[in-house]
Amino acid sequence: MAEIHLKSLAHSYDTSANPPEYAIRQMDHIWHDGGAFALLGPSGCGKSTLLNIISGLLKPSEGDVLFDGVRVNEIPPQDRNIAQVFQFPVVYDTMSVFDNLAFPLRNMGTGAAKINSKVTEIAEILELTDVLSKKAANLTADEKQKVSMGRGLVRDDVSAILFDEPLTVIDPQLKWKLRRKLKQIHEKFKTTMVYVTHDQLEASTFADKIALMYGGQVVQFGTPRELFEQPNHTFVGYFIGSPGMNFLEVKRCKEGVCFDNIAFPLSDAEKKALQHSTSNNLKLGIRPEFVHVWDKPNSQAHEASVEFVEDLGTYKIVTLTLAGVSIKARLQEDQKVPHKSTFISFPEQWLMLYIDEFLVEKENNHE
Amino acid sequence: MNKPHSNKAWFLVLPVFILVAFSAIVPLMTVVNYSLQDIFDVSTRYFVGTEWYREILNNSRLQDSLVRQFIFSGSVLLIEIPLGIGVALMMPKSGKWSVISLLILALPLLVPLNVVGTIWQIFGRADIGLFGWALNSLGIDYNYAANPIDAWLTVLLMDVWHWTSLVALLSFSGLRAIPDAYYQAASIDRASAWAVFRYIQLPKLKSVLLIGVLLRFMDSFMIYTEPFVLTGGGPGNSTTFLSQALTKMAVGQFDIGPAGAFSIIYFLIILLVSWLFYTAMTHSDNK
Repeated sequence: MAEIHLKSLAHSYDTSANPPEYAIRQMDHIWHDGGAFALLGPSGCGKSTLLNIISGLLKPSEGDVLFDGVRVNEIPPQDRNIAQVFQFPVVYDTMSVFDNLAFPLRNMGTGAAKINSKVTEIAEILELTDVLSKKAANLTADEKQKVSMGRGLVRDDVSAILFDEPLTVIDPQLKWKLRRKLKQIHEKFKTTMVYVTHDQLEASTFADKIALMYGGQVVQFGTPRELFEQPNHTFVGYFIGSPGMNFLEVKRCKEGVCFDNIAFPLSDAEKKALQHSTSNNLKLGIRPEFVHVWDKPNSQAHEASVEFVEDLGTYKIVTLTLAGVSIKARLQEDQKVPHKSTFISFPEQWLMLYIDEFLVEKENNHE
Repeated sequence: MNKPHSNKAWFLVLPVFILVAFSAIVPLMTVVNYSLQDIFDVSTRYFVGTEWYREILNNSRLQDSLVRQFIFSGSVLLIEIPLGIGVALMMPKSGKWSVISLLILALPLLVPLNVVGTIWQIFGRADIGLFGWALNSLGIDYNYAANPIDAWLTVLLMDVWHWTSLVALLSFSGLRAIPDAYYQAASIDRASAWAVFRYIQLPKLKSVLLIGVLLRFMDSFMIYTEPFVLTGGGPGNSTTFLSQALTKMAVGQFDIGPAGAFSIIYFLIILLVSWLFYTAMTHSDNK
């Protein structure tokens, strides 16, 4: 088990380019020992690159990778004591499941009795006992993926298991089962696990903490709840949640910020930040879940026209237009579905102010 | 159930049937026809049953040819398959040098069979051929025209020179198709280079190697032009393989009946051995 520290790490595939194009822009990041983490982000954001740097399949062009404080940049994957599960299940086709699981142990020169007990134990946990004598080539995709995970679990020396979108080729109904299995395994072994995915549901069910990546950088590292309630970058707001956060482009005015003719009061900390900044890139963000839809007009509500309603089964998403800007709101199951127009308000506690796309804290904790 | 029954669908099969009939069945049946009769002229013919077959199977010269043929094809496979895989493993994986080595490897495949024969016929001569001259200058008594072993080795060398590329190109394409994740997983599992070859590369090469083995077996089992150009099947009968023996019988001596029987036996041997290879190489999948 190990703490993984990425120290002023950056990576460029083509260092000869001038200026170099970075797949990973300079970052400092720590994965604590024994945690279950997700690396979440859209395709091409650099999450797989980062994973391969941690596992040692790629050497970072700048900065260091530290395992428990020891620099491992020059150490090849086989000596880093990590295991990796790939997008497509990698099994040794001609070997039996038993031999597949025993393979890393045999390569380390482990004794037959130890191999036997270890493989049996792991097969039991992964529910592979019935297929131990089967040839790996004849397994289903999810069994193969379990075998490739098992090759990491049999080793006592594994300090971290890295997953690179491991459920991509698994049938939807089995995805859920396998994800639960992963979670159980993490609880049992307490190995540091890093899980790369572009699926926020996968990330939030698996991980204690999610690192959201965008454009080669970790834009936010926090619990699924933090990412949902307090996205610290507009991209996080947009990417997390279904649908993503609503953003209103606002202007400075004497009450704080204004959208169309609606004034939004700000907290002291927000006012202060606004004074310090000269930027005119100001946005207010609010989750569709927090937009309040009223049946009748009232003093704080604003009239908005209804564009369309999507029924998602247990709840409905209404798309509204307020002063030419599209806003999505989530209706509860029992709420009346509005026609043509309705009244909405924005509860102050859920309105987030973004200056130059970055969140301004409502309360200044630093002073 | 009363299904409307129509035989019109058979017309759709007709083109394929005609094609197969003219390309395979009719010529083959002609040979079968000859192999069962003794024909003197258009009106004088006798049905002889299996007599020609028995004669062919008991012909000691043909038996020698068959043994020679098996040894030759066996040697070809034993040399070309491992050598081809080895060459493919050593080839640069991408970039300029990869293209250049592919081109160089493809060159021998473009040379016509009788040209290959002629090249080595001259190349191996002690008086004007570089290869033969060099060997003799080194004190090795090399003369393919007089020494059966030399003739044999020359034909074998010629075939290896000509066809190893095919196995190498097939293997190279097979190796390129292995996703990087396999090598990465193997390195994380601390697999040795041998284990990577044995458990990843070789299994993934199986399907292309199957094609390679079948092609090389069938081709080498039918070898005709190269030994014919080199020594005409000599010295003595040492490089007279089955094809040449058959040609001698059919065209040289005009023994159409025995030649027909010989052809059928020859065909069945190739079919049988190919089937054996195929079954042996695909059987292990279903377990």
